[in-house]
Amino acid sequence: MNKLLAALPKHAVLLFASFLALVPTIFMISTALKTEQEYAIDKLGFPSMPVLENFRAVLLDSPFLWWMLNSLILVAGAVVISTIVSCLAAYAIARMEFKGRNMLLAISTSLMAVPPIVMIVPLFVLYSRIGLISTYQGAILIYAGLITPFSVYLLTTFFRTVPNELFESARMDGANDFIILVKIVLPLSAPALVTLLVVNSLYVWNDLLIAIIFLQDDAKRTLMAGISVFQGRYNNQVPLTMAGMVIASAPMLILYISFQKYFIRGLMAGAVK
Amino acid sequence: MTRTSRLTPYLYVAPLVLLIAFVFGYPLVRIFEFSFKMVRGIDGPWIGFRNYQLVLGQDLFWESVLHNVQLLLAIPVMVIVSLLVAILLYERVAGWKLYRIIVFVPFVLAIPIIAVVMKRMFQFSGPVNEVLRWLSLDFMALDWIGSSDVALWTVMILIIWRESALGIILFLARMMSLDESVIEAAKLEGANWWQRARYIILPQMRGVIEFFVVVSTITMLSAVFAYVYVIGGGRGGPGTATVVVEFYIFNALIRTSLPGIASAASVMLFLVSVALIFPLFRARRRAAQDEATR
Repeated sequence: MNKLLAALPKHAVLLFASFLALVPTIFMISTALKTEQEYAIDKLGFPSMPVLENFRAVLLDSPFLWWMLNSLILVAGAVVISTIVSCLAAYAIARMEFKGRNMLLAISTSLMAVPPIVMIVPLFVLYSRIGLISTYQGAILIYAGLITPFSVYLLTTFFRTVPNELFESARMDGANDFIILVKIVLPLSAPALVTLLVVNSLYVWNDLLIAIIFLQDDAKRTLMAGISVFQGRYNNQVPLTMAGMVIASAPMLILYISFQKYFIRGLMAGAVK
Repeated sequence: MTRTSRLTPYLYVAPLVLLIAFVFGYPLVRIFEFSFKMVRGIDGPWIGFRNYQLVLGQDLFWESVLHNVQLLLAIPVMVIVSLLVAILLYERVAGWKLYRIIVFVPFVLAIPIIAVVMKRMFQFSGPVNEVLRWLSLDFMALDWIGSSDVALWTVMILIIWRESALGIILFLARMMSLDESVIEAAKLEGANWWQRARYIILPQMRGVIEFFVVVSTITMLSAVFAYVYVIGGGRGGPGTATVVVEFYIFNALIRTSLPGIASAASVMLFLVSVALIFPLFRARRRAAQDEATR
């Protein structure tokens, strides 16, 4: 009993923190289920008669699903390219001797700290000239480049921990570097690869800056860019907007709850790069 | 037995070299070049330091720098909030795992989404003010989004709310790696909660706190575009109240089509981030060492 009393203030603080952390999500879901009229009268309470009309309107009358598809295409393209490029490079940096090896790793690692906005002006001017604005391939290339330095850094660190004996014995069996990479190193690196998948997919999925500048065509809008446009257009229809936000955040929230271990590890790794 | 040819390593790193040369190398060379040119369309004549003079002579630029600097005020708040929650979680009160999942939710939601939601919550006639009035705190029921005196503080609240979640998880991970026997011993000796936190846990947290501060500084100076884009309605508004340097560059490039001006500002932002790379690497190394010598 005494112990319980002692823990009470701690629970009070943690409950308050949890409340603050969840309030926007609760507000978003609760409001999305209200009609415009109900929201006008009652902004705080839970919906008295939950309606799904807002969700229907967002899904059918707005290009929401189309935006999600665009985001998905960019995520898939950028993550695949970046993963291939960084696996090859990290393998060479971790396991082969060559001139300029340390310098390459140092340069690539430093690039993690350069803000993306710095690269944008020349790429925008170049893309305007060669017609890559509002193309998937143009944006995928930029995203792949931006996420690659971190991937190389993480994979190099990981590949170095693979025991030498494994390489020696594989070489004895006549395996070449590519086979060693694909058959031995990559399967052993599954945890690092999952972390990378989470970090990189989230980066591309959540990005607004590149999406707004390089994908200006309405047909190529990503989810995040679409949301930023969408919210201005429906400024007064709060429940409708919130229904859109619920749909937009649902994939991440569901993935987070199902795979929270990977998510926490991935988000931490990505944020501290 | 196949011998690795001397060319093989270069074949493996070639795609990386090409990719970073295009996405980082080319732009980093070009912003310096553009910053000394009057670029119209794709190129233009050399004009010396005129772009820099124009940027540095513009009130809007200094205002945006000031806004970035003002956002740094959020960092001490983030550190204190994160430390407090992390220490409480570390004590493993009943249900701490559930609390941990919940307090990390802010970091899982994408910035544009959460900014849109918060913008509605902080509307003048929105739920936040309704609660404040209900608590008879009418004087606090501000025009959070629409007033140019308040809007940047609202952005800051949003940033603190989201980025503290990262601090909590980082700090908690570090605490989990501490030697528990020392803390247990202190408990037996009768050290109370505050003494344990202040004299045993905190001193060992220096490395990770320093690291979080450096990472957050980089965020405040160069990665808040998504927050201000949504809260400021795509215009850095109301007026110019939420214009930050990133947004200044965005404006110069997209709205006024002046790549030279945008490049001069980019060069300055780049130099600031280069200056921050060294503290970042030092802090990361130190935090990693702390972890290794636990």
